[in-house]
Amino acid sequence: MSDTLILWIDAALTLMILSFLYRDNAFYKFAEHLFVGVSAAYWMVVGFWDHLVPNLLGKLFPSLMSGVVPVANGQAAEWHYLIPAVFGLLLLTRLVDRWAWLSRWSLAFIVGGSAGFNLPRFLDSDFITQVQSTMVPLLVFDTGGALLVGASLSHLVLVAGVICGLVYFFFSLEHDGITGKVSRLGIYVLMVTFGAAFGYTVMARISLLIGRMDSLGNWLSSMGL
Amino acid sequence: MRFPEALKRLDRRIIFLLIAASVALPLVWKPQFDDHATPIVQAIYDRMESLPAGSRILLALDYGPSTAPELDPMAVALVRHGIRKGHRIALFTLWPDGLGQINKITDDTIRAEFPDKRYGADYVNLGYKAGGGGAINTMMVNLKTMIPADALGALLDSLPMMAETRSLSDFSVIVSLTAGDPGLKEWIQFAGDIGGIPVMGGGTAVVAPELYPYYPQQMVGIMGGLKGASEYESALMLGYPDTERLEMAATVRMGPQVVSHVVIVLLVILGNIGYLLERKKSIRR
Repeated sequence: MSDTLILWIDAALTLMILSFLYRDNAFYKFAEHLFVGVSAAYWMVVGFWDHLVPNLLGKLFPSLMSGVVPVANGQAAEWHYLIPAVFGLLLLTRLVDRWAWLSRWSLAFIVGGSAGFNLPRFLDSDFITQVQSTMVPLLVFDTGGALLVGASLSHLVLVAGVICGLVYFFFSLEHDGITGKVSRLGIYVLMVTFGAAFGYTVMARISLLIGRMDSLGNWLSSMGL
Repeated sequence: MRFPEALKRLDRRIIFLLIAASVALPLVWKPQFDDHATPIVQAIYDRMESLPAGSRILLALDYGPSTAPELDPMAVALVRHGIRKGHRIALFTLWPDGLGQINKITDDTIRAEFPDKRYGADYVNLGYKAGGGGAINTMMVNLKTMIPADALGALLDSLPMMAETRSLSDFSVIVSLTAGDPGLKEWIQFAGDIGGIPVMGGGTAVVAPELYPYYPQQMVGIMGGLKGASEYESALMLGYPDTERLEMAATVRMGPQVVSHVVIVLLVILGNIGYLLERKKSIRR
């Protein structure tokens, strides 16, 4: 497909989607449905050729699949792959009400396996190491013994922010007196965090708009405008 | 109609037009704003610089076309930097639609700007693997169990830069450009924290706030959104003046980004003035 044709399709679909900003219309609906359809088809094709063929069919029927899975060439069949194949097929029983309960076995395996697999990593990386990262000295000195004001302030904000945020979510004590004040500070910390995240989101959305505008600019340039 | 009422009745389409104009006009005028790398981005540049020539780098493009305007500039800048330093780059993705991004970077940057670099010796396309953290976990133990062949079907043992690679530990650094899960977070959890492999990367501005807590203990550095990409490009242009003649997408796009942010801030201020005026009026009543 020539680059010019790609530019025209790209520009037409962009304008169709952006037309929703004025009001809902048939062009927008067409582009939206096309996107959903193409995405579903893409995922299905990738799922078949990148998952099922090399990871299952290539293992069960290596000589048959060696044309499309080169690494399967000369390998012996690995029949224990029938176990995940059966579990996978059981998921499809959801399509028949009478047999739908069988899919729970596969789901139980997926949920249990994922939880067991992920728990230690999350516990280590997202809890223990994060706690460790918060245990920093409040006063930071350089090698000559001089106080580094910026670094010390940064550490102070980090430690105070974490403590205040945690106190806000600590509901075993009444939030009055000193606890109330610390908790109040915790709310401000959370607000700043949400504000920063929202600001970043605005930047992300504008970046995507810039990408589309850039693309429309290329289309206009191709017409000599 | 008084000012607060006029603001309240302002058609949202006028705001859309203002934002569109604030993005489109700077794209035509191309205003340039001086940028410099902040420590969190400079750390990525410095790590790339400090690696000896010939180091293997795993560049995971964990995103699809929907977030390419933010993350493609990072990928291009990293590839330009890595190849200039003589590093060998293995491109990989945990996202099914990341395959297209790998092809784009390979065709438009590596082959176009570095025609002397050889596939298999200087760079390689490892393609897409499903499984997120599970896939990374397997690659930590035995890379070739998970990826026996490259995206084109060639056995890794037949590719000079991958022949001696046994696991992820054989890479000097893992760089992930991420638009969500799976992405940089999984690389930290399943490779960096377990294997002690330096992990760094970039994220869309939406996911970046989630990733900052991993810096600096669990992550070398991070580029947050288009601004992070622009900072990296600034560091690259400073370190390699020959790159100034190349198109730096993030630097160019920061012009519209700045102008549109000014417009948004002005609209927020205007909205608040209207709100305060209306409140004052209701108190008087």
